[in-house]
Parts: sequence; structure tokens; C-alpha cells
Amino acid sequence: MAVDATLKGRTFPPTPPYAVSEERVLEFARATGSTYDGNAAPATFPIVVAFAAMTALMEDPSVGISLHRVVHGDQRFTYTRPVVAGDILTATLTVDSLRQMGGADIIGTRSEITDADGRPVCTAFATLVHRGEEA
Amino acid sequence: MNLASGQELPEQTYTVTRAALVRYAGASGDFNPIHWSDRVATSVGLPGVIAHGMFTLALAARALDTWAGATGRVREVSCKFTKPVVVPDDDTGVEIVVRGTVKNVTDEGVQVSLEVTCGGEKVLGMPKAVLRA
Repeated sequence: MAVDATLKGRTFPPTPPYAVSEERVLEFARATGSTYDGNAAPATFPIVVAFAAMTALMEDPSVGISLHRVVHGDQRFTYTRPVVAGDILTATLTVDSLRQMGGADIIGTRSEITDADGRPVCTAFATLVHRGEEA
Repeated sequence: MNLASGQELPEQTYTVTRAALVRYAGASGDFNPIHWSDRVATSVGLPGVIAHGMFTLALAARALDTWAGATGRVREVSCKFTKPVVVPDDDTGVEIVVRGTVKNVTDEGVQVSLEVTCGGEKVLGMPKAVLRA
């Protein structure tokens, strides 16, 4: 089953606020062998918030995605500033593009990640490839 | 940081084991079983457990911090996930090699093109970054 054709342009509700603690940043830094000196979190740390937004999209029954058919096609982060401990982050996902290719739905997503004051921190762009039944 | 246009950055090699994947799953919140269960991975046509694509990208970002000489300098980072990194269930794991070349240095930032390989094969497509100048 293809995904909902009206998905393009749709913006999903913001994810619940995510409180960035020293412990979570340290855990992520240790898991990736990265340096954490108490200042900037590792560059890809915001995936924890972006991932929550993508999961909400994929689990929304009105969208028509089968989770086990989804592959992460690409990822891009652009940062206004690094994430630091103490941040309270929210991601708001918009479906920027939707096209079909070889029986798969190619879903281009953009998650705007903002702090507690609503100021931009980073934008996470991800392409999700949803393979069709025959693929 | 003193990076010049055309500069080849020192190659970084990182070992990825099953234990590292479990740890990354916990830290990132991505518990997709294809990253820890051979049974599930092979059932969807993979050769075995594969690393999270985002884990490989995190290693590329780690190399960027090393080259920049500081954290928090990455202004942009991107890649396509082109080839899965299969991680065997042994104590040795696999090696990910990250290479970088400085493409351009302007007041806007330092453009770095990356090459990320495993067993001599590229595992990320067009990985690149911009560092704060």
C-alpha cells in the first residue's frame, strides 16, 4: 500500500519537549567515542529528537507506513548553534516532498528543532524510503 | 583550527563491535532489531546485523571534531546511506575509516568532503560537512 498521497506539505504536531541532560550527552558521546567537554554536544546528538519526530510520522495510522519497510535514505543536519546540556528541545516535522520510484515511496522530511524559547537550534533533513509490497 | 584549501586530513580509524551497536541503540533511542538481532536482520534480507547508519555518520562527525581541534564547530553535515555496515558477532568487529579533504575555506566556513569506508568499500554516499570558520 502506498502512503497517503496528500502527505506532502503536511506538518506534524511538535514532539514532547526533550530535556538535554549532561548524562544523556555524555552517554551519547561515550557511545560514539566522541569528545564531550561540557560544552557542545556531539554534532549528531539531535538525532534523538529528530528520531522521535520521524517515529511519530511512521506510526501515524493515517499515513499508511509499514515500519519494517522503511529505510533511512539520507540525512542532513544544519545547525544554528550546537546543542548544550540544559536545552529543552522540540522537533516539528514537515513532509517536504513525496514521490514514487520503483514501487517505493520516497518521503523527504524536515524537522525544525527549537529550544524552550522557540528559537531555532538545528534542522534535520531525512529521506525515508518506504519499499512497496513487491520490492 | 588551521585548515587550508586542498588539505588532506589525517585518516581516522574506528572499530565497531556488536557491543558498540547496543550502546549506541541505548544512547540514541533507535532500538530497531536489525541492529542487534541476526534473526530479524536476515529475515528482511540483510546478511546479518548492521550498524545504524546514524552511528556511522556519528563517527564521521567525531573525525570532524578531531580535525577541527574542538567540539561544536560543525555547522552542517550530511550523507546518503548507501551500503550497510555488517558487524559480525565476534570480539573484533569491523573498522570504519574516515578520510577528509578540505574543499574550500571562506569567511562562511570550511567545506570538507569526506570518504567513509569499511573493508575498502564506501559505506556513505557523498558525505560532506561545513565547519565554522
